[in-house]
Amino acid sequence: MRTAFLLSCAALALVACGEKTAGAVKKSDVPAFQGSTGQAAYTANGWKAGDQSAWDQQLRTRAQGQNEYSRAPSQP
Amino acid sequence: MARMKFICDAERCIECNGCVTACKAEHDVPWGVNRRRVVTLNDGLPGEKSVSVACMHCSDAPCMAVCPVDCFYKTDDGVVLHDKDVCIGCGYCSYACPFGAPQFPSNGTFGLRGKMDKCTFCAGGPEANGSPAEFEKYGRNRLSEGKLPACAEMCSTKALLGGDGDVVSDIFRNRVLVRGKGSEVWGWGTAYGKPATGGQPQAKPEVKKS
Repeated sequence: MRTAFLLSCAALALVACGEKTAGAVKKSDVPAFQGSTGQAAYTANGWKAGDQSAWDQQLRTRAQGQNEYSRAPSQP
Repeated sequence: MARMKFICDAERCIECNGCVTACKAEHDVPWGVNRRRVVTLNDGLPGEKSVSVACMHCSDAPCMAVCPVDCFYKTDDGVVLHDKDVCIGCGYCSYACPFGAPQFPSNGTFGLRGKMDKCTFCAGGPEANGSPAEFEKYGRNRLSEGKLPACAEMCSTKALLGGDGDVVSDIFRNRVLVRGKGSEVWGWGTAYGKPATGGQPQAKPEVKKS
């Protein structure tokens, strides 16, 4: 009788241990250099998805489009 | 490794709001939410200055520090993003951000405040790059298409620069050197004073916000 009582108390005390964690879990992001799963037509030319160095170079090249001193160099 | 940053050249910004329009159109941002906006100081007075402001993707972002549900994360490229599935719309990030970047859509009969929305540097969110689910929540993912943010790329005067911090700061530095002015508008000297003033910050002019 006493053993059964202790076992039931132990089971009751351990019930909370099986409770699942509430709330959402933050997802991890896929790096941009892995490319887009969207329409291929929107992807800029000049680099290959998955190649980080090519992606870095693509963005560096593209950033120079904001530099009018490289787009229209001064005339001699 | 790139470290994505924006910088706005106040000498060039003409307050056309093209960056604001480009952002809203590119990402289908709802009414009442402005991921980017143009702030003008001394509006209507000679020498007025405008600057385009959005999330600055801080290196030590205060929004990340105060978020009670830890919904923010930073990509390898230094872009501060958040997970709308985790966000509870509490607004703490809005109080912490010095740029007013976090925005909250309000809709419904009682103006229910929704989940936070902010500039993503056109890098989307945690969903698959370029997927419809990502577009629905965060808009386009231009970085994964090998492009830079729409606001910076379409800026007509190239006042707003976006991209790797090293690259855009080189562009800006060269521009200031060529034109011979501009560093007094935006930079270390403005914030912390110049050697000529004994390192004391310059007296602030009367500022009128538009």
